[in-house]
Amino acid sequence: MGKTIVEKILSEHCTTDAYAGDIVVAEIDAALVQDGTGPLAVQQLQKLGMEKAAKPERTVLFIDHAAPSPRKELSNAHKILRDFAAKTGAILSDVNEGVCHQRMVERYMNPGEVLIGADSHTCTAGALGAFATGMGSTDVAIGIASGQTWLRVPETFKVYVTGEFQHGVYPKDFMLHFIGMIGADGATYKALEFCGPTIDAMDMSGRFTLANMAVEAGAKAGLFQSDETTKKYLEECGRGDKWSEVKADEDAVYEAVYEIDISTLEPTISCPHTVDNTKTIQEVAGTTVDQVFIGTCTNGRIEDLRIAAQILAGKKRNPNTRLLVCPASNDVYLKAIEEGIIAKLVAAGAAIVNPGCGACVGVHGGILGDGEVCLATQNRNFQGRMGNPEGFIYLSSPAVAAATAIEGVIADPRKYL
Amino acid sequence: MQIQGNAWKFGDSISTDHIAPGRLFHLRTNLPELAKHVLEDADPEFAGKVQPGDFVVGGKNFGLGSSREHAPTIIKLAGVGAVLAESYARIFYRNAINVGLPVLICDTTQIDQGDELEVDVSKGEVRDITKGITIKAKPLPDVMIKILNDGGLLEHFRKNGGFALEA
Repeated sequence: MGKTIVEKILSEHCTTDAYAGDIVVAEIDAALVQDGTGPLAVQQLQKLGMEKAAKPERTVLFIDHAAPSPRKELSNAHKILRDFAAKTGAILSDVNEGVCHQRMVERYMNPGEVLIGADSHTCTAGALGAFATGMGSTDVAIGIASGQTWLRVPETFKVYVTGEFQHGVYPKDFMLHFIGMIGADGATYKALEFCGPTIDAMDMSGRFTLANMAVEAGAKAGLFQSDETTKKYLEECGRGDKWSEVKADEDAVYEAVYEIDISTLEPTISCPHTVDNTKTIQEVAGTTVDQVFIGTCTNGRIEDLRIAAQILAGKKRNPNTRLLVCPASNDVYLKAIEEGIIAKLVAAGAAIVNPGCGACVGVHGGILGDGEVCLATQNRNFQGRMGNPEGFIYLSSPAVAAATAIEGVIADPRKYL
Repeated sequence: MQIQGNAWKFGDSISTDHIAPGRLFHLRTNLPELAKHVLEDADPEFAGKVQPGDFVVGGKNFGLGSSREHAPTIIKLAGVGAVLAESYARIFYRNAINVGLPVLICDTTQIDQGDELEVDVSKGEVRDITKGITIKAKPLPDVMIKILNDGGLLEHFRKNGGFALEA
């Protein structure tokens, strides 16, 4: 019987042929925690008397959610991770190096591998043809120490995408549209396998955006086959030799197949307070916005900042709208400086926030006031997400965000492109 | 395992941001303190008034969002006997079992705020004493029953010297 991408990868990481529904104990190639989930993971290992890392060179501890630390309690939490890294030889990815998911794909993850991470958007690495999934601190702690985890092999939904994106419409618009279509629990416990001509033509940045948001449909992972685009990306990251072919068998069994033609897709927005509450740009254009936030593990890559700079170059943000821009990693930040993107954004009135997760997760660096509205390029808009349950968050592509920063109301980016 | 208490009714899509808000991020290394704010953004009164053995009763997709294990942990620390919901987000469900918080999947539409409930976790039975009805819960997967019976994943791993999940 043919296998899906998930079944293939997991079969190679356990002792049996793994098919959907099987419970397996799988070897893991890499694990990550961040400063929100890592301290608890370390404390759990201390309770077990197993303060060690089976693969220290593939165990990465990220200080990205509260970085630099805005208060002493968080500095002390950071110390727990620093001490664990010093003791075990695990890698510490420190303040400013970047958001864990961006950094994992830039530096550490390869096709065919298994990654578990104590962060729900760990699924981002699925874009490289890896099985990557989010878990809690205890699961990941045991994974770090033992090099193994237990998994139920998920059924797969095949998402077959055709058509060319219209000018000013992006993979983010597709993903918001797709989540709106199937619902925030539409793919609960399943793997999403993205394929079809549109996906084949999509750059890595777009694929990362889709894989990143798989969890917003409830999925366990979002996967892509590895191809020439994957290979080129790995070469640019200095890991061309780590490429391998990962793809589903022709006769793989899927639980469901979604065929979606995106040729008439419009810029799409998620409205408060759930990601699946989607509308087209026409339906929400004109909504007043107090803050625009461009960045995060979903859309803080160089490709995203380029689009924002293209729209904002020579213009000013609306005086009633704050504009925050956060490159997803230090590598992205440097590249944006070299390309002159940062200068254009700052000239337009943007506040550049150092790489990290603070604003998106509501810890620091962009917390909303009561009744305020934010348009963000992040992946979720739950009540309270940006630090205040009285705030309202809309989600969009970087292009919509840039146009909105100029007008002070949700705006169609196509007139600026 | 039989638990008795009152129902605290919540709607659909209760997220981990409702349960353990990001604005309280600095309390994650002080779980008893964080537990004083559990579910604060969904019902500000809940944390102050919940009694040991009471039940959190949600709708669809309970616990969606973050991987933060702190969310089920502080529900448990607040004394909640079990969470009942129509469906759960994947990571929350697994985390709840890992930390030893019973989570039952059942039709919660018949349960109202304040109803007196008696829950038999191993039988998967919810008795609404106020309404005089019994609601059947979907059984947990075997692997999760094993972990829950061991007292959570840490205890399971300690006790068995590794994963011991085969039937």
